Amino acid sequence: MSYKLQFAELLPYWNVLLYGLVFTIALTIVSTAVGIAVGTAGAAARTFGPVWLGRIVAVYVELIRNTPFIVQLFFIFFGLPALGLKLSETTAAFLAMVINLGAYSTEIIRAGIEAVPKGHIEAGLSLAMTKWEVLRRIVLNQAFRKIYPALSSQIIIVMLGSAVVSQISAEDLTYAANFIASRNFRNFEVYLLVALAYLVLAMLMRAALRALGRVIFKAR
Amino acid sequence: MSLVSIRDVRKSFGPNEVLKGVSLDIAKGDVVAIIGRSGSGKSTLLRCINGLETYQSGTIVADGIEVGGAATNLRELRRHVGMVFQQFNLFPHLTAAENVMLAPTVVNKTSKAEARATAAEVLAKVGLSEKMDAYPSELSGGQQQRVAIARSLAMRPKVLLCDEITSALDPELVNEVLRVVEQLAREGMTLILVTHEMRFARDVGTKLVFMHHGKVHEEGVPKEVFAAPRTPELQQFVGQVS
Repeated sequence: MSYKLQFAELLPYWNVLLYGLVFTIALTIVSTAVGIAVGTAGAAARTFGPVWLGRIVAVYVELIRNTPFIVQLFFIFFGLPALGLKLSETTAAFLAMVINLGAYSTEIIRAGIEAVPKGHIEAGLSLAMTKWEVLRRIVLNQAFRKIYPALSSQIIIVMLGSAVVSQISAEDLTYAANFIASRNFRNFEVYLLVALAYLVLAMLMRAALRALGRVIFKAR
Repeated sequence: MSLVSIRDVRKSFGPNEVLKGVSLDIAKGDVVAIIGRSGSGKSTLLRCINGLETYQSGTIVADGIEVGGAATNLRELRRHVGMVFQQFNLFPHLTAAENVMLAPTVVNKTSKAEARATAAEVLAKVGLSEKMDAYPSELSGGQQQRVAIARSLAMRPKVLLCDEITSALDPELVNEVLRVVEQLAREGMTLILVTHEMRFARDVGTKLVFMHHGKVHEEGVPKEVFAAPRTPELQQFVGQVS
């Protein structure tokens, strides 16, 4: 038990680590934005849309929520080429994350929509607004306010879960760690450092999301 | 010609028939008070008039638009038929003025400035000029209900449906809302109210409708009906509530 930490051996790879860090952040931000848009559409379809569309969305949600993320990722990256759809690592990673967050956020946002009092919807309809105007102007705003903490947590989960995309060689932070470890065999140092990087990133994101929430949902 | 014409309307929730052939004519300027026990179908009838509930047979024509048809333009109907609810249903993320401005800007495409001017006017009418920028959570129940009335008025409805609008209020706040409704009645607004305020129904109403078991059991001029109810059911009901 006399291991000597040698962080200095990671120094030559600083640019690899930085690239991975930026990749992870960018991938998270972009796929979160698109994923929440998918989730909003899915939740709207399940609550305000026609029954057949709601059923399709329900199947999508259950399919994604009951299978492992890594299998979804492998299916997209290794499976789809059999159908002639060949995607780059980055595109596959992005797509898998969007599809995954889309399903989870559909359920979260749906819960928010269903928590809006029915009377508010009736009041909107009685004012001659259409169902979609009511959804956009009255329901979604209140729904997001209610579920923002839950959604924030899900975004952090997606960010941490994105480490899996290293398995298809998308060049994220974990990929950088694997790369460095395979070169200098400093597994202990490199994974410790990367774990800390994820920890700090998650805490920063939490703080940023909280601040963002205060700005978006100002007043009351 | 009646502004709202209800002919033999029947409505069931599953096996439970709540409206068993209701007919009613409401002329412009009428102030109709609908009274009756809970479960007698009063609120359901009101909600059928602006299409919040569907019905199985009969016809309702409001301001020339037949309600309940497959091709009914509900948007057009509801632009002329306003509704105020027991639970106020103000939108909590919007201020009083924004609550009032929402429908005119979204539905009528009125400009923000014009909508705000309208909001100022209707909020003044309900005595809440100084609360324009207050959020619903900062208002009392009576004030919230008055904002809700103003919100309906901003669409310049021809008929205003009021569904037990004072039932969720503390007793000391009931009168401030009733005063607003009374003022509307004096100005000639056509009102259909489901209410438990018997004194208000008698003093302000031009027409009283007593519903019982899903039917119009008795109707007439409020003062006369209250003074001499013809049916034993209404006699009993009046005896209980007054």
